[in-house]
Amino acid sequence: MVPFGGWEMPVQYSGIMEEHRAVRARAGLFDVSHMGEVDLAGPGAGPLVQRLVTNDLSRRAAGQALYTPMCTPDGGIIDDLLVYRLGDERLMLVLNAANTAEDLAWIRGHAHGDVQISDRSAETALLALQGPRAQAILERLTPAPVGTIRYYWFREGVEVAGRRALVSRTGYTGEDGFEIYLDGRHAVHVWDAILEAGKPAGILPAGLGARDTLRLEAGLLLHGNDMDKSTTPLEVGLGWTVKLDKGDFVGAQALERQKREGLPRRLVGFVLRERAIARHGFPIREDGATIGVVTSGSFGPTVGNSIGLGFVPPEHAEPGRRIAVEVRGRAVGGTVARLPFYKRDAEAG
Amino acid sequence: MYPKELRYSKEHEWVKLEGGRARVGITKFAADRLSDVVYVELPKVGSEVAFMQPFGVVESVKAVSDLYAPLSGKVVEINQALVEKPEVINTDPYGAAWMIIVEPRDLKELAQLLDAGAYMALVGERPS
Repeated sequence: MVPFGGWEMPVQYSGIMEEHRAVRARAGLFDVSHMGEVDLAGPGAGPLVQRLVTNDLSRRAAGQALYTPMCTPDGGIIDDLLVYRLGDERLMLVLNAANTAEDLAWIRGHAHGDVQISDRSAETALLALQGPRAQAILERLTPAPVGTIRYYWFREGVEVAGRRALVSRTGYTGEDGFEIYLDGRHAVHVWDAILEAGKPAGILPAGLGARDTLRLEAGLLLHGNDMDKSTTPLEVGLGWTVKLDKGDFVGAQALERQKREGLPRRLVGFVLRERAIARHGFPIREDGATIGVVTSGSFGPTVGNSIGLGFVPPEHAEPGRRIAVEVRGRAVGGTVARLPFYKRDAEAG
Repeated sequence: MYPKELRYSKEHEWVKLEGGRARVGITKFAADRLSDVVYVELPKVGSEVAFMQPFGVVESVKAVSDLYAPLSGKVVEINQALVEKPEVINTDPYGAAWMIIVEPRDLKELAQLLDAGAYMALVGERPS
């Protein structure tokens, strides 16, 4: 167990590689209850969130989730979050654990008018059931037609092992799967029930270590590593979440200006020729000169290579470009790669 | 888990004397702690290693660690197969996962290493 954002978190159960492979081939179950959950209610909820995030909430119906950064006026990413539209005047925000307190203060500081904000992080558990067999396993535990929930949609009030939960078809692994929000008092019961029901399918409990290698192969970013308040969504490849045409929002002017003037750097994926791991903060070099910095790196168990993410000048960002990462004083050669490193077969989902 | 015929360093390397040469690797304790080893960096044949000085690196998904030479001497052989398949450190730390063979310069250094019992006490394991 390791401390993580004020929570005790398991890095691994049976081993990072084994858990990683279980999620890619069968199923894995993660306890990610550390994530922050905040409910917003009232006529002011929608307008408040729409003003604070870069993506366009008006394009999401009740029952849909939205992935979006939340930025400072300078366009720096305070956090990346999921917004669940529970109803016309009811939203749930899912925040990174390490940022929840700061996010809440930011959101409350911008709240005017009719909106109630309640932090439900402490009493809400979150279990992520991920992998090609996730649906079959969940179907053994619920009468609800969870197979009909589409990607980035969700259902409230779903009975899972006899306990009410919000079930959404989302995840952080690059596999099909579900995230299950429920009352923390029921978490152990539902955790045990899922592992039991998934036993014939080969499910494994999975920890933070596998979560990190899975998300990295899938090209998904980690706030605090790959992005923070000093980086904009445009620089980290999240331009698709910035909807400058949706009306004014915090950070819109800065992002519009950056889009017009060009990016000073871009986050890219890279593959190394050796299996040495490029860790956060290692320099990225070209012809002996430092041109950038690694933000995330690991051995990718499924892709079978040392992979990573890092910032480089835009003119070095095209896939195939040769770079090197300085690992303990030695230049390890590699190339800029197209993201994601791993993409599942559509049929498997 | 900790063969009696080996000597152990406090940095979790083992040494096995084979005639005039010493075979070196890391212990099961170290391998378990690292888990999922993906990369090993070994010195060149012919280079010198010094008592309790770093001679290489072992890296897992979780962490990276220096390897410390349990004896001073000249490297006469390295395990190239291990460089290509470092995961055997997790499955066979005393066999296929040997790292280097050293021509010892001073066998008296061996006296500063631990026997299996003392090493097990160091890592908090009871003799089986």
